[in-house]
Amino acid sequence: MARRIELPLTPELTATLRAGDAVALSGVIYTARDAAHKRFCELLDAGLPLPFDIRGATIYYAGPTPAAPGRVIGSVGPTTSYRMDAYAPRLLRLGQLGMIGKGARSAEVADAVRETGAVYFGAVGGAGALLSECVKSSEVVAFDELGAEAVHRLVVEDFPAVVVIDSGGRNLYEEGRAAYLRSVAELSD
Amino acid sequence: MRIVDAKLITDAVARLCVEANINLPRDVRGAVRGARETEPWETARGVLSTIEENSELASTLGIPVCQDTGMACVFLDVGRDAHIDGDVYDAVNAGVARGYAEGFLRKSIVGDPLRRVNTGDNTPAALYLDIVPGDKITVTVAPKGFGSENMSRVKMLRPSDGADGVVDFVVETVELAGGNPCPPIVVGVGLGGNFDKAALLAKRALLRPLTEHNADTYYAELEAALLEKINALGIGPMGFGGRTTALGVNILAAPTHIAGLPAAVNVSCHVTRHASEVI
Repeated sequence: MARRIELPLTPELTATLRAGDAVALSGVIYTARDAAHKRFCELLDAGLPLPFDIRGATIYYAGPTPAAPGRVIGSVGPTTSYRMDAYAPRLLRLGQLGMIGKGARSAEVADAVRETGAVYFGAVGGAGALLSECVKSSEVVAFDELGAEAVHRLVVEDFPAVVVIDSGGRNLYEEGRAAYLRSVAELSD
Repeated sequence: MRIVDAKLITDAVARLCVEANINLPRDVRGAVRGARETEPWETARGVLSTIEENSELASTLGIPVCQDTGMACVFLDVGRDAHIDGDVYDAVNAGVARGYAEGFLRKSIVGDPLRRVNTGDNTPAALYLDIVPGDKITVTVAPKGFGSENMSRVKMLRPSDGADGVVDFVVETVELAGGNPCPPIVVGVGLGGNFDKAALLAKRALLRPLTEHNADTYYAELEAALLEKINALGIGPMGFGGRTTALGVNILAAPTHIAGLPAAVNVSCHVTRHASEVI
């Protein structure tokens, strides 16, 4: 049974999340992928503000397809997160608390998650049609010229995800695989 | 000699871009269902159910299965007795631009790998032309997402590495990819040829339906051995653990040089898409 979580996240809440926990997220998330992250860091280098308040924010690594007529948004599943590893620690240290994506992260990101009390959620990659049903509103808030890579402000309801890296340093990719392999080894004993 | 108006190629490519992105092929859906029915790990069964539910919903709503609607890989097998009236490259790219606009598909192509400005219409396509017997033209569109493309590798093995070396390289590639390429994956393997040919063979291997075995029993056995080793890794659907790391392994082999054993692995996600038409 998924644990329902209202966004924005707080450090008190993220401290209670454990790798492997199924969650259903409701509230505001921002989409940003490679090009938008690069722009964020360029703005920070220039001493300029980010296009939204990063403190407590949850960023979804995603670039949706265009919305078909009558739909809020197109398909919107997660993209592979490691491409954002170069930028993520800097944003976490500015107060970002949540990341949603898929795939492994660098040691630097895992360290920053632990240090800042943040959380990395995994969503099911390739399930873009299904995840679009959780999006109740969508508007572009920055970098419209980037097309699919523009930053969208999404309001989501019961967006399904799983805790992959928690603030205690646990990692579902390591633990899930090890637990399955242990179960196979026990069966063959 | 049969004259084929290039506009027919544009129309077919446009239709196929949309069809491939919305309706996952039956063989892939069947493989996911089969995997869910035999998967022993509960988390993994849950992820596979979500994947099935997603492809059903995409078909019902007529929206893309995945937001990465890919680079349009287009294979044209042109009958030698067909004459295309018009520029075939322009015709294919016009079809991609139209299909990606009309189908509300994502435009994911940048015009230059370093300067990175989006071309805005998902062109150009990756186009492969082959001359075949007859006067028909077979058009195949295989949109390829880059979550899995980025996990692909080419290695120039030594002849002495043999089949064992190939197995080690393929399994290592899948292990390094982990949860990144959206497992359960389909693994395309190209062996022989030269550096570039091996990679193209690996890509073409992904077009073979998962319900078909390799026509060469030697390679059919190698595919089965590889699938077993890959599904013993424990990576599982989305990398959360489980048996179902791959849905299938498809090998294509070609003649090569006495000094070489080129090997390429083209990793594809559980949204392995392709659609074809004959003109």
